[in-house]
Order: sequence, then C-alpha cells, then structure tokens
Amino acid sequence: MSTLAVSVVTPEGPILEDNFDMVVCKAESGEIGILPKHIPLVSPLQISIARLKKGSDTQVVAISGGFMEVQPDKVTILAQSAETADHIDILRAKQAKERAEKRLQDKSDTIDRFRAEHALKRAINRLEIAKS
Amino acid sequence: MKSLASLRDLKGRIDSTKKTKQITGAMELVSASKMSKAEQNARGFVPYADKLQEVVSSIANSNTDTQHPMLNKREVKKTGYLIITSDRGLVGAYNSHILKNLINNIEKKHSSKDEYTIIVIGRKGYDFCRKRGLPVTQSILGMSDHPTFADVKNLASEAVQMYADQEIDELHIIYNHYVSAISQVVTNKQLLPIEHIENQGAASSNYEFDPGQEEILEVLLPQYAESLIFGALLDGKASEHAASMTAMRSATDNANELIGDLELSYNRARQAAITQEITEIVGGVAALE
Repeated sequence: MSTLAVSVVTPEGPILEDNFDMVVCKAESGEIGILPKHIPLVSPLQISIARLKKGSDTQVVAISGGFMEVQPDKVTILAQSAETADHIDILRAKQAKERAEKRLQDKSDTIDRFRAEHALKRAINRLEIAKS
Repeated sequence: MKSLASLRDLKGRIDSTKKTKQITGAMELVSASKMSKAEQNARGFVPYADKLQEVVSSIANSNTDTQHPMLNKREVKKTGYLIITSDRGLVGAYNSHILKNLINNIEKKHSSKDEYTIIVIGRKGYDFCRKRGLPVTQSILGMSDHPTFADVKNLASEAVQMYADQEIDELHIIYNHYVSAISQVVTNKQLLPIEHIENQGAASSNYEFDPGQEEILEVLLPQYAESLIFGALLDGKASEHAASMTAMRSATDNANELIGDLELSYNRARQAAITQEITEIVGGVAALE
C-alpha cells in the first residue's frame, strides 16, 4: 500500500518528517482528508490540529498560520508555527490563553482585538493537543 | 630614575594589553560559536523558504491575470526601509556599511522626510536614526542572538500591513548577507511589491486551489514577505557574529603586535638601565683611583 511522505516545515526548521497513511487537516473551507494519490492541491489551513494517521496510530500537530501543498505521494505543511504534542509547554499555553482572554475583555482597540483573538485560538489549539 | 619610571610604565602597559588580549580572544571564541549556531539557524530556514517560494512562484506564474496589490507596482509616494543592525558594537564595519547604504539611498532618491520611513532592528541603527532625526516608525531593540520567527512576526506583519494599507508604496530591506566567515556583503533588496519570483522548475505541478488562487495569494503573499524578512534577519545575525569574530580576531592580532613592540622597548630600557649602572660604577671606581 502506498503512503504519503509528510513533512511539517516551519521557519525554524522541519518539525516532522515521516510516512503516513492519511492526513486530516482543517482547510479554510472545512476539514479535508488526504489519502495517497491525491490530486495536487494547495490550500491555506486554519489554526487547527492536523491529524496524521499511520495504521492505528494517530499523531497530532498543532498548526498555526500555514497552508499545505499536496502532491500524489507527498504532503508538505508550511506553517509559521507547528508543534507536536510532546513539545508543547502547557504552562505557557495556559498563560497565553489567560492573557488573550483578558485582552479580549477590555474592548478598546480593534486591531488588538484581532490579534488577541488569534492568540486565544492558538493557545486553545495547543492546549487541546497537549491533552489528547 | 627616569628609566626606572618608564620601565614600570612599560610593564604596566604590557600587562594591560595582555589582559585586553585575553578578553578579545575570549570574545572571538564566543562569536565563533554564536556564528556557527546562527549559520545553522539560517540553514534550518532554507527548506521552508524554498518550499514557500516554489508554491508562490507556481501560483504567480501559472496565470497572468493574477491580480494582487503585492505583485503590482504602483506610484511610489513613500518608501519604507527596513534595516537590520546589531545591538552591540565591537562588530567592525558591520553597522556602518548598512547605515552608509541607507543614507546613500535616501540622499539619492528623496528630497524630504515625508518620502520615506524607516523600520529598524537593532539598537545601533535606532540610535543612528534618532541622532540624525530620521523618521522611524517601528523598531525592535535587544533582538536575541538566535531569533525565532515569533520574535519578528509582529514587526514583519506590521511592515507588510503598512504596504497593504498604502502607507508605503515600496519596501526595501538592507542587511548584511552572509557569504562566509570572512566576507559579508551589504544587500539592498526590494521586498514589496514582489517583482521577480524565480521559478524553481516547479511548473510541472498543476495545482488545484482551494478555495481559489486569489484567496490563496491573499494568505500566501504576506506570509511569503514575512518569511523573507525573517530570512534576512537570520542572514544578518550570522553576518553580525562573523563580523564580530573578525573584528575580535584583528583586535587580538593587534594586541599581540603591540605587546611585541612594548616588550622590545621594555628590554631595551632595561638594558640601558643596566648599562648605565655599570658605567656609573666603573666611573665611580675610576674617580676613586
């Protein structure tokens, strides 16, 4: 059975490179599952969790600010930041979440609000994968 | 008496030069290790940059009617300059090359301060602009030696946003490109609008786009521009440590030379003092006879 060569790359270097059977990501237009021999595709990803499946194992990666490029035998996820579950600093993520929530509560600036929302999303995303 | 004082003088100078040499020698080693780390960081970034470039170029070149403000030139009313300098001195001509390039550019292209604005990374550049009264819109001081993407994310995205908001119509980046440990070249690159996207032979893949090309460019191009800024910063950091290493090495060499000269004078003075003493004794004995 053919597999997908998956690599998750960030500006700080490759996070993960391995072969998987299936990749499930959240694209802008909704959740999308990639199997081998998929048509070449480019799609931006939401701040979300990518699930990489190999046999009965599932590996999860927290993705933010990225997109993916799919080729029949290869999936490349390019993200501004990406973390696997064991690399997440739970304490930091919790603090970031609290900070963002606090900032969202005081409703003064519109641009800051956008950024705080993003920060909150990222923090929640990280916490979720650390739990699983 | 005079020769004795100057003997002690020379001794003092030799000692202090030796101490300076120890410090510069240590700093050279520190810079060398930081440089190899910075070089490694810059290398880690390459796969990301290459891939991003490949995808951007394949979209931008695939159809000619792609319209995006970041790809199109517009009339330039205001230019943004992003300069990458160091926070500390002791890096030889690293900063002065960049600042000279900046000043040359400004003098050549602009007649008033309303026509440009500067974004600064590094204290040296910031102080320079402040002293000269140049308009600085944004700055990061105290950048870490091994910057992460998160460190520059805000500055980069705000710089790109300034372009999108038509606050600036061009964005140039000036930094030292790292060629090798002994050679760094000042580079002045136009970042926005993105003009020449080299096609890296990725034309073979005809991608499906979800949702559409335009929407993807909307996400991709800012990310691309930000990644170029980050790449330049990594490159600049590697250059900074290399420049610092070279500067410290030549300081150590100079100290060695100075110590050699001083030791020679010291020995000469010592010999002169001994000779004089002997002459005096001999003279004294001759007077007694």
